[in-house]
Amino acid sequence: MVAPIQSSKEGESLRFVEVSKSFAAADSNEGARLALDRVSVEVAPRELVSIIGPSGCGKSTLLRLSAGLDHPTSGELWVGEELITGPSAERGLVFQDPNLFPWLSVRGNVEAGLVARGVLAEKRAEVSEFIELVGLQTFANSYPHHLSGGMAQRVALARALINHPKVLLLDEPLGALDAFTRMRMQDEVLRLWENRGTTILLVTHDIDEAIYMSDRIILMTPRPGRIERVISVKLDRPRQRNSAEFLQLRSDILEFLHFTGKGDLAV
Amino acid sequence: MSMPGENITLPQPVLGTARLAPATPKILAAKISTLAAIPTAAAIATGVHYWCGDREPIPEPRYYTLMGIFFAFGLLMAIVQKFSPRARQWVADTCPIIAAGIVFLTIWEAGTAGFRLLPLPYFPSPASVLKGLIEDRAMLFTSAMHSLWLLVRGYLLGVCFGFVTGVCVGWYAKARYWGMPVLKLLGPIPATAWIPLAMVIAPKGYSAVGIVALAVWFPVAMLTMSGIANTRAAYLDVARTLGADEKFLVFRVAIPAAMPNIFLGLFMGLGSSFLTLIVAETVGVKAGLGWYVAWAQGWAEYGKVYAALVIMAAFFSTIMTLLFKARDRVLVWQKGMIKW
Repeated sequence: MVAPIQSSKEGESLRFVEVSKSFAAADSNEGARLALDRVSVEVAPRELVSIIGPSGCGKSTLLRLSAGLDHPTSGELWVGEELITGPSAERGLVFQDPNLFPWLSVRGNVEAGLVARGVLAEKRAEVSEFIELVGLQTFANSYPHHLSGGMAQRVALARALINHPKVLLLDEPLGALDAFTRMRMQDEVLRLWENRGTTILLVTHDIDEAIYMSDRIILMTPRPGRIERVISVKLDRPRQRNSAEFLQLRSDILEFLHFTGKGDLAV
Repeated sequence: MSMPGENITLPQPVLGTARLAPATPKILAAKISTLAAIPTAAAIATGVHYWCGDREPIPEPRYYTLMGIFFAFGLLMAIVQKFSPRARQWVADTCPIIAAGIVFLTIWEAGTAGFRLLPLPYFPSPASVLKGLIEDRAMLFTSAMHSLWLLVRGYLLGVCFGFVTGVCVGWYAKARYWGMPVLKLLGPIPATAWIPLAMVIAPKGYSAVGIVALAVWFPVAMLTMSGIANTRAAYLDVARTLGADEKFLVFRVAIPAAMPNIFLGLFMGLGSSFLTLIVAETVGVKAGLGWYVAWAQGWAEYGKVYAALVIMAAFFSTIMTLLFKARDRVLVWQKGMIKW
């Protein structure tokens, strides 16, 4: 087993205060299109919260704002006591496409964060530890296009985690994987989460994934993106995907999203 | 019969669901036709030369020596390949093409010295070209060195300027606004069109360097620019969330991401530098291979003209090969990803 690396409880809270975001519409006559409408929610330190909702509900926008890659039109985002003003190594981001740097080996990708912060020299030992953490020791010198989708995504996770982020933002990170790899990777992410004690905000399309992994689930509705409901998942871990409570919760969420009618979508 | 070290199939490393380029199949035994190709071709060439070699104005007996060397070399490789798998692979890959080259020389000789299908003095036989190569070797060597020195200075200068231009114009919006029109207007002008101006504003040696540099600058700048500007936004986003500053984004993300494009520019720049070099030498300076060709033509010594072409072929393709090798090293991460 891998020994936990340094402080293993590094999560911080993530707060959205009345966050709105509008984009200039493609058609200039239309004016601005509201993507997020006064979203307020707080993710507690070391909590794992999922966001689900139909496409266009602003889930990914919410993540980009949290990462600091975009700025809210109004409202504020806070990590712990710190206002988010731009991207930072404190908030790791993993996309659906692993987006590994193809010109760097697995090792090079994992150490990129240390190079970027100029701390590679003193923290070089951690590179191997994080590669080990995701079980890719034998692939340390492979280039990304030699890796399978699951392996590449594990590298992307290690690359984000090596900076010891206070918050880990996951934008459908398992969306491109096949069903079996995806279930295995869900356990992998949970293991990393427990090992690192990071706060995780996870965007997903997959209701099962949300229930299986999250402490709480945020349900969003589109046009404009709003938080409709926040559901606490009070099941013991590790969760059984076929337990009665699991299935009950699943059908509640489906009902809420209006997918349980007789084939007619009320959305 | 099996020799130690031969015919051992190493298990291919299996990288999960990794995609690997198919390995080159190992040759177990060379075909007899492959082995005999070079000696046979050399023997035929010798026969043809014996028949018609002395019909040229000045016969060149050293052509026999050349063919003898080919013949002996072919036989030697046929023996060596029995003992060395590497030599066997080389023989299988290379012998047919060398033999074809000898056959081409033979057809050329038959068409010139043999049947005199092509008029003199414009089409000398290969033996006359060999004569030019041997007898004027000192002059050819000096000319080649002069060209090389000019090329190296011009190319490196052009690459440096092109790279810097490309990175700036590709990355900074301001640089793009002011730089793009210049690049678009001046870039497409063939560098050789600047020769009259260059001869006025710079001393002769330097004007040729400047012209070659200009020819290299444009393709390198253009392709570097497009590579940098088209860096996948997600790479930059990821780097930002890893704590990257602008220096990291430019030097550790945008430039590596643009490397395949940059190499395209380097190749195109090299091609146009050869062209420009030869033209610049014929008008601007009194040395170099381009000048040598014009000079030999002036004396109607076409054997020497072709000899210079042979040197150019060897010279330019060697440089091209070096650039390919550099690319293979720098872009090793692309191996197996794109057609190489």
